[in-house]
Amino acid sequence: MGRKTPLFALHQELGARLVDFGGWDMPVQYGSQIAEHHAVRRAAGVFDVSHMCVVDLTGPHARPYLQQLLANDVGKLTQLGKALYSCMLNESGGVVDDLIVYFLSEGCFRLVVNAGTRDKDLEWIRRHAREFERGTSALQIQERSDLAILAVQGPEARAKAAQLLSPTDAGTALALQPYCAAQIDRWFIARTGYTGEDGFELMLPAAEAQATWRKLNELGVASCGLGARDTLRLEAGMNLYGNDMDESTSPFESGLSWTVAMLPRERGFIGRAALESLRARGEGARLVGLVLEDRGVLRSHQKVLVPGVGEGQITSGTYSPTLERSIALARVPAATAARVQVDIRGKLLDARVVKPPFVRFGRSLLN
Amino acid sequence: MSHVPPDLHYTKTHEWLRTLPDGNIEIGITDHAQHALGDLVFVEVPQAGRTLKAGETCAVVESVKAASDVYAPIACTVAGGNPRLANEPEAVNNDPYGAGWLMRVRPENLASVAALLSAADYTSFLAAEGE
Repeated sequence: MGRKTPLFALHQELGARLVDFGGWDMPVQYGSQIAEHHAVRRAAGVFDVSHMCVVDLTGPHARPYLQQLLANDVGKLTQLGKALYSCMLNESGGVVDDLIVYFLSEGCFRLVVNAGTRDKDLEWIRRHAREFERGTSALQIQERSDLAILAVQGPEARAKAAQLLSPTDAGTALALQPYCAAQIDRWFIARTGYTGEDGFELMLPAAEAQATWRKLNELGVASCGLGARDTLRLEAGMNLYGNDMDESTSPFESGLSWTVAMLPRERGFIGRAALESLRARGEGARLVGLVLEDRGVLRSHQKVLVPGVGEGQITSGTYSPTLERSIALARVPAATAARVQVDIRGKLLDARVVKPPFVRFGRSLLN
Repeated sequence: MSHVPPDLHYTKTHEWLRTLPDGNIEIGITDHAQHALGDLVFVEVPQAGRTLKAGETCAVVESVKAASDVYAPIACTVAGGNPRLANEPEAVNNDPYGAGWLMRVRPENLASVAALLSAADYTSFLAAEGE
């Protein structure tokens, strides 16, 4: 028996198929996974992502601590409520986890980290905080298991979610810019997500989660499981921790160079020295998008053959309901050109190399 | 509760078999199996003329989430795969015992079909599996 979110009983009532995900009993689908996917691309869907771990970091030195802990620079967060995506690296430049950090106030930042890495991350964050604190005042690190997280995603998501709020609060929520958040009454509302669509992530008191979900359903927002969440994020070209990167891969070979702030040079974040020497040696591998030209389905761990260059491996693969063909992320040699072959059960099938994302705001980005 | 038509034979790996008037056997996957797999997006069926041993992997059904093997329930020669599934794999979800059949085969030995599970046996098997 795994851990359960505050919505577990409702998922059962709605007939969800429940699976283990990082030690949590989570809904993979309620009915058709493809229908749930299309609901998000075309209208609105709601996901329970309460298994993700919310950590509030408070103290006068919270910002300089995060500037050491994270590969992206929270120095970029100058506007209250603004969010930043970052990797947390180990000393060898491998990815301990990827996360979102929200700037709540000068002494307070909110981190949202992956469910499967929760315990490891908390231990990492606390250990490095103790080392950082020498000679400074203490950092408070608080796990917010009192909160549920509902991701409401899709072109109609913000308008539907706003109907749950008072007119004044709805106005505040709808005025949020992309990648911005605000505490609005009891709810923390962020215009973020993991689907390639517009939408909100709602962090609210656990006791309000079930009623909120039911109201969203009544407004026509479809219940969506982690199955659809995976096909949506892959179409959107977003990495999944544990599949597309882990402690043995650097952000540079995981399509995440854009999340690493090498400037200013004097910011000594964990993993920086390793990344500098990786960069000096030149790139070994990179993460690319693949589109299968033949029929079939790309899956993680399938071998990618790059003619005249070498071999790579698929890190995430699926059938794309929007594109009606198979797509993948693959780690391949840096010199990989436009065409590769994938070994699927002993057959070599043709695939085209593309730059992710594959789909954004409901539309194909393939030529 | 899955649909289990009374006139077919079944396997514990969730294939069904129907004896056709010409003596060939039509094979597919059960309603229970299609439901467990979820939305199918790709089906690979064997080439006509291929000979199969009982228990041999002979087809692949892939849902959005995963690929699953289909096993030959009996020793046989493939008469043909269902051509419709190339463009319409969802037929297996929508009509697992009809339009979603996977292949037609010539059995090596007709008695091998009768030795498989009856509808009642398969229903009990599903119940024991905790459906």
